[in-house]
Formats: sequence, C-alpha cells, structure tokens
Amino acid sequence: MQKSLHLDPNKCTGCLQCEMACAWEKYETFTIAKSRIKVFTFHHEGRFVPYTCTQCDEAWCLIACPVDAIKLDPVTGAKIVLEPTCVGCKVCTIACPFGTINYVAQTGKVQKCDLCDGDPACAKACPTGAITYVDADWTGLGKMRAWAGKTDTTAATA
Amino acid sequence: MRHVIIGSGPAGVIAAETLRKADPAAEITVLCGEGEPPYARMAIPYLLKGDIDEAGTFIRKDQDHYGRMRIGLVEGRALAVDTAARVVDLGDGPGLPWDRLLVATGSRPSREKIPGIDLPGVRTCWTLEDARALLAGIRPGTRVVQMGAGFVGCIIMEGLLARGADLTILVRSGYMVRRMMNPTASGLIRRWCESKGVKILTRTQPLALSANGGALKVDLGEGRSLDADLYLSVVGVDPNLEFLAGSGVEIGQGVVVDANLQSSVPGVYAAGDVAESPDVVTGKRQLNAIQPNAAEQGRTAALNMAGHPTRFKGSFVFNVLTTLGLAASSFGEWQGVPGGESTEVLDESRFRYLNLQFDGDRLVGANCVGFGDHVGAFRGLIEGRRRLGAWKRRLMDDPARVMQAYVETAVPACGAG
Ligand SMILES: Cc1cc2nc3c(=O)[nH]c(=O)nc-3n(C[C@H](O)[C@H](O)[C@H](O)COP(=O)(O)OP(=O)(O)OC[C@H]3O[C@@H](n4cnc5c(N)ncnc54)[C@H](O)[C@@H]3O)c2cc1C
Ligand code: SF4
Ligand code: SF4
Repeated sequence: MQKSLHLDPNKCTGCLQCEMACAWEKYETFTIAKSRIKVFTFHHEGRFVPYTCTQCDEAWCLIACPVDAIKLDPVTGAKIVLEPTCVGCKVCTIACPFGTINYVAQTGKVQKCDLCDGDPACAKACPTGAITYVDADWTGLGKMRAWAGKTDTTAATA
Repeated sequence: MRHVIIGSGPAGVIAAETLRKADPAAEITVLCGEGEPPYARMAIPYLLKGDIDEAGTFIRKDQDHYGRMRIGLVEGRALAVDTAARVVDLGDGPGLPWDRLLVATGSRPSREKIPGIDLPGVRTCWTLEDARALLAGIRPGTRVVQMGAGFVGCIIMEGLLARGADLTILVRSGYMVRRMMNPTASGLIRRWCESKGVKILTRTQPLALSANGGALKVDLGEGRSLDADLYLSVVGVDPNLEFLAGSGVEIGQGVVVDANLQSSVPGVYAAGDVAESPDVVTGKRQLNAIQPNAAEQGRTAALNMAGHPTRFKGSFVFNVLTTLGLAASSFGEWQGVPGGESTEVLDESRFRYLNLQFDGDRLVGANCVGFGDHVGAFRGLIEGRRRLGAWKRRLMDDPARVMQAYVETAVPACGAG
C-alpha cells in the first residue's frame, strides 16, 4: 500500500517545525522560505493550514515538463524533480493547479515535495500529529484529489 | 489497430506513449518532420543561453525509449492525407496507412511580408536548426535587430545577450507581449529590458531589408534605418495545416476538433498548437499554442484514439515567461470580462505587479510580474471556477493573498470550501 502525507489543519498550531525540517533536509538551512511544505496562516480565524504537493494522479507538472525533468518514483508514488535536467522554464509551476511546485531563483530550478524517499522529514518533525505519513486511503488526500477533479464548468459551456 | 501520428513535438510524443499504455497491441508510428530526434522547442532558449546542449532539449533523454515502447519513429514530411484510402502521402514510396490518425504538426513562425525577408542574415528562432544558426552567428558585439516581442521574442532575449549580442527590439504595437500582458505589466517588462541594455523601439515596423556589404540595412521609413548583422524575425506563429488541403478535414484557424479532439473526419484527431478547441472559461474555440496544452491534448487525443472516450477539459489560456530573469505569467481572461471587477498592486521599483480579474465571486483572469510562488493556484482557481465567497473582498483589498484564498477554498478540512 502506497503511503501519503496526511495534513490535518485542525491539529496544526503553526509552530513551523515542518518548514524548518524540510529546509534542513533539502538545503541544510533553517531558512523556512526554502521549505517545500508551507503553513498558511489565517489571522481572521486563527487557523493554520499545512500544505504541500498531494502527488496527484494527474501529475500535471510531470506531463507538462518539456524535457522529462520530473519522474515518478514507482515505490513512493512521488513526482520528483531531476535538478540536472530541469531547465527552469517554469511551465510546471503554472500547470500544477495546486500551486505546489515552485521556482527557486538561487538554483534556477523548480522544487516540490518528493516525500524524502518515503521518510518525510516534516512528518517526523511535527509535534502535534498534524502531518502524518500514512496509508493513502486514510488521508484527506483522497478528498482533496476529488476536489481537484471536481470543476464547475456549467457556466462556461452554457 | 494502426495509429499514425504526424509530428514529433510534445503533443505527438505524449500521444504515442499514452497510446502504447492504453493499447499494448497497437502499431504506433510517429512521423518526424525535421530529421531530429523528438525535441521540445521551448528548451531552445536554454540552449542559446548555454545552460544545456542539444540533448538537453530532447523530450525523452534515453533514445532507446521509443524502441522499448515499440513506437516507430519515421523520418519524413506529410505532404497530403487521403482520408478515404486512409494513407498519409510522404511524397516517395507507398505512404503510411492508418486506422487512426493524429495531426500534431504544431505551428511555425509567421513570415513577415517585407522585401528582403529572404536575404541571408535573416533568421527566426523556432527549430533546433535555427538555434544552431544563431549559436554560430552571434558573437560578442553582433548587432541583432529582432522584430517582435511576443512571448517567444521575450524568452530568447536572455540567450541572445548571453552570447554578447547588441540587441535592438522592434515592436509593431506600443506594447511588448501584448497578447498575454496588460499595458502596466508590459510597461514593467519593457523598463526591465531597457535597464539590462536592450534598445526597444515601439510602434516600429520595418518596411524593407537590404544587403549592405556583409550586413543588413533595416529600413524603418521616414529616412530612419538600422544596421544589423542579423535580423531575427519572431512575429507570431501559424499552424502547420497545408498538407490537409483537400482531405475533407474541417479547418478554421486550426484543425477544428470536438471535445474528444476528433476532427470533422471520424478517426482523424488533432492535438497541440495545430488544434482549434473550445476554451474552458469562455467556451470559444481557439488555438492555444503552449506546451502544457500540447501535452494535455496529446494525452487526451490518444485515449480517444485507443477507444477510451475522454473529454478534453478544454483549453485554458495561461502562460509563463521569463524575460532576462524577470518572471511574468498570465491566466485566463486577464483582460477582464464585461461587468467584472478587478484589483491590482504595483511596486514599480521592485518590478512586481499583480492584477486580478473577477466575474462575481470567481477569479477569471490574472497577470503577474515578479510573483513566482504558488502561481499554479491561479490555474486551480480560474479553471476550477472556484467560488471565492468572502475571499473575493479580501482579495480585492489585498490581491497578494491569492494563495491563502486558494488554500482555504480548496482544502476540504479547511472551512470555507
Ligand atoms: C523558442 C521557443 C520558446 C517557447 N517557450 C515556451 C514556453 O515557455 N512555454 C510554453 O508553453 N510554450 C513555449 N513555446 C511553444 C511550445 O514550444 C509549443 O506550444 C509546443 O512545442 C507545441 O507542441 P506541438 O507538439 O503541438 O508542436 P511542435 O512542438 O511544433 O511539434 C510539431 C512537430 O510536427 C512536425 N511537423 C510539422 N509539419 C509536419 C509535416 N507536414 N510532416 C511531418 N511532420 C511535421 C514538426 O517538425 C514538429 O516536429 C516555445 C516555442 C519556442 C519556439
Ligand atoms: S506538484 Fe502539483 S501537479 Fe505535480 S504531483 Fe504535486 S499536486 Fe500534482
Ligand atoms: S521548470 Fe524544470 S521541471 Fe518544470 S517544466 Fe521546466 S524543465 Fe520541467
């Protein structure tokens, strides 16, 4: 059974341990701007929402890449950016309708969550269980994917 | 089942791969019209910059890939299609028979109709062959006069400057990239280019080109002219359709297709730059000459060809462009819709700009300059026709919070959505 990240906003306290863990795992820095997981803050209601790539089945980023720089990891199901191949054209960043693949000016390449080879640093760092790495069926991810597929185009075609 | 795909760009390659997965027994042939391995045009700017070599532009890096997938690559150009006998005419030989045909011939640069356009020293930037010529022809100090500042014109500037070109850009209208950016965004991009030493002449169109010693004279009228070592003509694109004349396939601006990407002739499909398909936001049929569209249409057309009816979600017009390092993107109805509302933030000194267009409480379009993070969410919001509810007001006040709006309306456990 493939696992995936389960993100639970109700448990998130906004401590940003996940962002630090991600930045450290990938770049050995605690500069959270480099994190591939982001916690969004909603001041008007005091809520925190951790958010990153769902490794969606459509893999918009992967299919849009003109030079084959995004690969599917058959074991984890992650869509992984091959940095040496990426030309930094940013097409994937507009193709992903979730906004979860981003350009990094310093490297001239894009980055996204790669599930850390099946041992995600963010999940390990989260002190409240808001981020867990669990069997895919258990996650809110299924719901989120369903959301992504559900589009309301009636007005457009009417 | 014999599938023939005309064209080995991204639409053709992705269609072939999708067909193989969907129909393991099928015979799949891809016609390559340029004598090159399948490559992605949009990697050419990075070849010019020297970031990659030619192999870096290949759509699949492992050239055994096609053999392993039993995808036959055949060199040659389609000259005509006989839809009654179901063969593609290649000029010599018996032609390629097909049961299902995909037209994925892409587009080519439009030709300027001015005297001298055939002179040596005049080039465009569309194929690997063009890129080789530019790499060979541009040295430090080479005077390049580029006609056109559409999105290809903007993307290639960095490569030209990296080669040391002395670059002058002529723009027929008042605005660069006017098909994807509004005047404010376009003005920022112009100022950015000028700050990097590029000369830009708007409302300027050459009347003629003439040989002048080893160089070219570009006649701008009213006694004005420019000297150029190289004249680079990048004034838009036209779909490659000529070989379909007399085939019975309905042609509008491109190959007219239905929601399954099938043309007016059953069994004949089209995908990519060459296909005229309905836009998801406006419902209007249009060409959509961008890479992600080619990829998604290639996949959808192939599923239909393999007998799995699949509707194309519809073209959505969006694009991202980097001009000398300045990122800009446009989405959907960035020009706004009748009765709609808009909001924007501009920081001229930092070259940052964001303009949002709404229809009721839905986002329908956007222009961004200098904003790179989470831009995909614009696609999610616009194409998904998400209702923003209370977020509409918040975004009117602070457009930069678009990702927050997206997350809160998107993540199911997160409230508003
Ligand atoms: C310099 C440059 C930069 C670009 N940058 C971007 C970008 O940043 N983002 C973006 O979204 N898009 C970009 N594009 C556009 C993008 O490359 C195209 O939208 C994409 O290539 C379309 O794919 P396609 O498969 O439909 O057509 P193409 O890639 O044009 O492929 C068509 C294929 O068909 C072949 N062919 C044509 N006629 C025949 C015939 N009669 N017989 C046999 N074969 C034939 C051609 O040789 C070609 O191999 C750029 C293009 C260029 C040139
Ligand atoms: S980055 Fe976006 S398109 Fe790519 S796998 Fe993740 S969610 Fe899907
Ligand atoms: S930015 Fe890199 S990974 Fe993304 S589409 Fe371009 S080459 Fe592929």
